[in-house]
Amino acid sequence: MTDVTNPAVDEATDESAGESAAHLGSAERVLRRDDSSAVLRLSEAEAAVLAGDPNDPPTGDAGDQRMILNMGPSHPSTHGVLRLMLEMEGETVLRSKPVIGYLHTGMEKTAEDLTYLQGPTNVTRMDYAAPLFSELAFSLAVEQLLDIEVPSRATWIRMLMCELNRVSSHLLFQATNGMDLGAVSMMIYGWREREEVLRFFEKVTGLRMNHNYIRPGGVAADLPDGWREDVRRLLELIPPRLDEYDTLLTGQPIFRDRLQGVGVMTPAEALALSATGPILRSTGYAWDLRRDQPYLAYDEVDFDVIVGTHGDSFDRFAIRLNEIRESLRIVEQILDLIPNGDFRIQDKKVTPPPRARIDESMEALIHHFKIFTEGFHVPEGETYAAVESPRGELGCYLVSDGGPKPYRMHIRGPSFVNLQTLPHLMEGGFIADAVAVISSVDPIMGEVDR
Amino acid sequence: MSKEPVVEEPVVEEPVASGPTRYGVPVVEATGQIVLHPEVDQWLDTVRALQADGFCMAIDVTAVDYSAHPGRTDLPEGVSPERFEVVASFIDHAAGRRVRLRAQVSETDPVVPSLFDLFPGTEAMEREAWDLVGVAFDGHPDHTRILMPEDWVGHPLRRDVAIGAIPVQFKDAPAAR
Repeated sequence: MTDVTNPAVDEATDESAGESAAHLGSAERVLRRDDSSAVLRLSEAEAAVLAGDPNDPPTGDAGDQRMILNMGPSHPSTHGVLRLMLEMEGETVLRSKPVIGYLHTGMEKTAEDLTYLQGPTNVTRMDYAAPLFSELAFSLAVEQLLDIEVPSRATWIRMLMCELNRVSSHLLFQATNGMDLGAVSMMIYGWREREEVLRFFEKVTGLRMNHNYIRPGGVAADLPDGWREDVRRLLELIPPRLDEYDTLLTGQPIFRDRLQGVGVMTPAEALALSATGPILRSTGYAWDLRRDQPYLAYDEVDFDVIVGTHGDSFDRFAIRLNEIRESLRIVEQILDLIPNGDFRIQDKKVTPPPRARIDESMEALIHHFKIFTEGFHVPEGETYAAVESPRGELGCYLVSDGGPKPYRMHIRGPSFVNLQTLPHLMEGGFIADAVAVISSVDPIMGEVDR
Repeated sequence: MSKEPVVEEPVVEEPVASGPTRYGVPVVEATGQIVLHPEVDQWLDTVRALQADGFCMAIDVTAVDYSAHPGRTDLPEGVSPERFEVVASFIDHAAGRRVRLRAQVSETDPVVPSLFDLFPGTEAMEREAWDLVGVAFDGHPDHTRILMPEDWVGHPLRRDVAIGAIPVQFKDAPAAR
């Protein structure tokens, strides 16, 4: 954090910013706002007028070969309910627009009606492939407002679970990315390995997904007996399988041809479009919150930030594959470094008292009762907490009015923001490549629509 | 320094009632984070100054309806609370710093200039803020709803919109109150 009273403006930084801007390329392409833009800024009503009556289609200009094609929301390669409006000329995509909201369930509104302890049950359903990260961002924001520090074992458990979640999320990507491009057997392999990780989650949290495990004040329960053996098993099992993926996909000429040079983006464009995560890193721009703005205890573990070179779909695939390896490297260090201690803060105003205390202490019973009926109060204020989810920066903006429920909870979803890159990545490409591009952006619609 | 200016200092400080400023707008620190409070007509200039100062990415734009939370105490002196607030976060990768902007937006004229020409990545975020909270963005290239259906009436994240419920009738149970 910088100091409020220190305005760090001087000529030297201005110059270096100018130099790096030249190195990053131009963002002109994404700044267009007229009809030449890659984004098809067309509403449903306008599209309906263009389409006219299906029984009496408009004849139009015979020389104009453009047509609007609808793709989704129910389409196997759109990863849920993403819908695209594509302006086509022959097989070439000219402009496009992602149409979202098909999975909108008003989770930010729901959050205003849930206590802080219930909050993670809500946010965990946003990014269902990486649910622990939403729980973590929410919990960190609540803890910032409460101004409490969780015990270090809780921090390390959170890191362990999040890194394994990154592994399972990226394994899911490997599966779907493979299948989207016709490597159907990859689907089976990716899901198979992911299931091994989810089995560990089930043992720890009770559920394969939507864990509600990371909560304000710590985690829901300590790691179960034998967790080390389970994690070691994963550490032995997954790396050889990743090598198999390399054989199956990375070195496979057909697979490479489908991805290389498809959906290219420069660093300046990615920055301008607020893209984060593997999309930004694929352009060769090394930015990872775990390394650059460490939270939890990421400054105590050793890992590499994987970056690409070309900013294409293949780089995004390769980054995710290698991030699995880096995450496993972190998990291995966590096994050695994880301290003993409490798994949640023993602050009776925030976390429920241990079960045994309730039998012997009236006060503990009252605290227990208050936490589960009214919920704990959070001081008035607003804050923002960000974590590096498998898809990029996942942030939670939280406003408290001093009551037991958030006044406003907003999630900055990386998929939601990254989806804006789609029209620019697909511009001028073939419709068949659109599938590769959507897959490489890896949107999770539950978090896009919230 | 001699002792005499120290005596005079309070006299000098009194006219500057708005407290510390940065980029010409009031600044406060909330939970260790830097928060600027520009007026709506300072919105674009402040963001432009941030961009020139190295803030290379717009992380988030959202809006809050404060109508159910009167008497807020977290605003700096000189900033009068309004019903709506637009909140934008920016990040400077080179210096590793973040900043958050909070602008008070009046209920009668809830319009804020769009940041599209400075940070095109705010396009979807501003559409979301318009869709859910109903703060309009002047100069936005595609000022339409994004999450709710196009023909939806109202803005669901406003506090005067009820959370809604689907009545459930259990067999042989008396109807709800």
